[in-house]
Amino acid sequence: MTPQFNEIWVYLSASPLLGLTVTLLAYQAAFWLYRRSGVNPLANPVLIAVTILVLLLTLTATSYETYFAGAQFVHFLLGPATVALAVPLYTQFRRVRSLLLPVLAGLVAGSLTAALSAIAVARLFGASLPTQLSLAPKSVTTPIAMGIAERIGGIPSLTAVLVIITGILGAVGARYIFDAMKLRDPAIHGFAIGVASHGIGTARAFQVSEQAGAFAALAMGLNGALTALLLPLVLGWLG
Amino acid sequence: MIGALTQLLVFQLLGEVVARWLALPVPGPVLGMVFLFVALALRGGPGHELQATSQNLLQHLSLLFVPAGTGIMIHLHRVADEWLPLLLSLVISTAATLVVTALVMKLFMRAPATSGDAP
Repeated sequence: MTPQFNEIWVYLSASPLLGLTVTLLAYQAAFWLYRRSGVNPLANPVLIAVTILVLLLTLTATSYETYFAGAQFVHFLLGPATVALAVPLYTQFRRVRSLLLPVLAGLVAGSLTAALSAIAVARLFGASLPTQLSLAPKSVTTPIAMGIAERIGGIPSLTAVLVIITGILGAVGARYIFDAMKLRDPAIHGFAIGVASHGIGTARAFQVSEQAGAFAALAMGLNGALTALLLPLVLGWLG
Repeated sequence: MIGALTQLLVFQLLGEVVARWLALPVPGPVLGMVFLFVALALRGGPGHELQATSQNLLQHLSLLFVPAGTGIMIHLHRVADEWLPLLLSLVISTAATLVVTALVMKLFMRAPATSGDAP
């Protein structure tokens, strides 16, 4: 490494420009692969971009904090994007309203399954109690999930990791499950993926169709609110 | 695009203020989404610009999860101790949630749906 290159590296690694640019480049590469694969769920762009970035940061011994100083500008857009979900919800509202009962029934069943099956399987395979409780809100969008974990005695930072893995699992696997069940309705696809795997699932649903995306967004919002209200009560009853 | 982005930020700010003010357990942006939805219902739909900007933003929603997703690298050691029960729990529970939600929804739909394109 020449002295000049070293100086440039020191300058760049302290500026947010690098973290931001690298995030967009990794995503462009991941999205290109995703497109090339014919929007195959296995080529999930979040999974590929995160893998590229983790390898890159590890190889260059860059800390996550340094990286995030730049990447936070992309992260910030999650807020306005969440607000923007109102637009497809409005556009698809006639279908949503006509499916009010199936939506509410699916929500309650899915929300309880997500939390209780996670606890049951973890308990069956010998996970500790704090770990089981950290798993319970795994299908809920990160800020709500971390709040729930804290309230019920889980570990919020463990929950944050589990939420992301759950999102990727749902986005990657849902299509195969729906195919096996011979389900074709985009409203069902979207709603189930939104309940099971929050925003990352919703992102996948929008790439498939607007209707699936709208139902996923609805499911994500409702499941976040319902789990926050219901889970502490249910766990209280179960002891 | 700037006009639409301004609208989105204003609704997010509104949601943030109300969520904190009333100490609601819902994140500000989610409340902002509810407010924007009400506004759209009142004025009869999004303008052309808001429609286009939202669509653009949501087509690339997966990009916005990449910075937080990369954060997995500093917390991965937390899953190391109990990785097998965690992995089994996540895989089985996510699959079960997809199956149960979809089945219950289908059960409650009287007439089979015909509209839309399946993925």
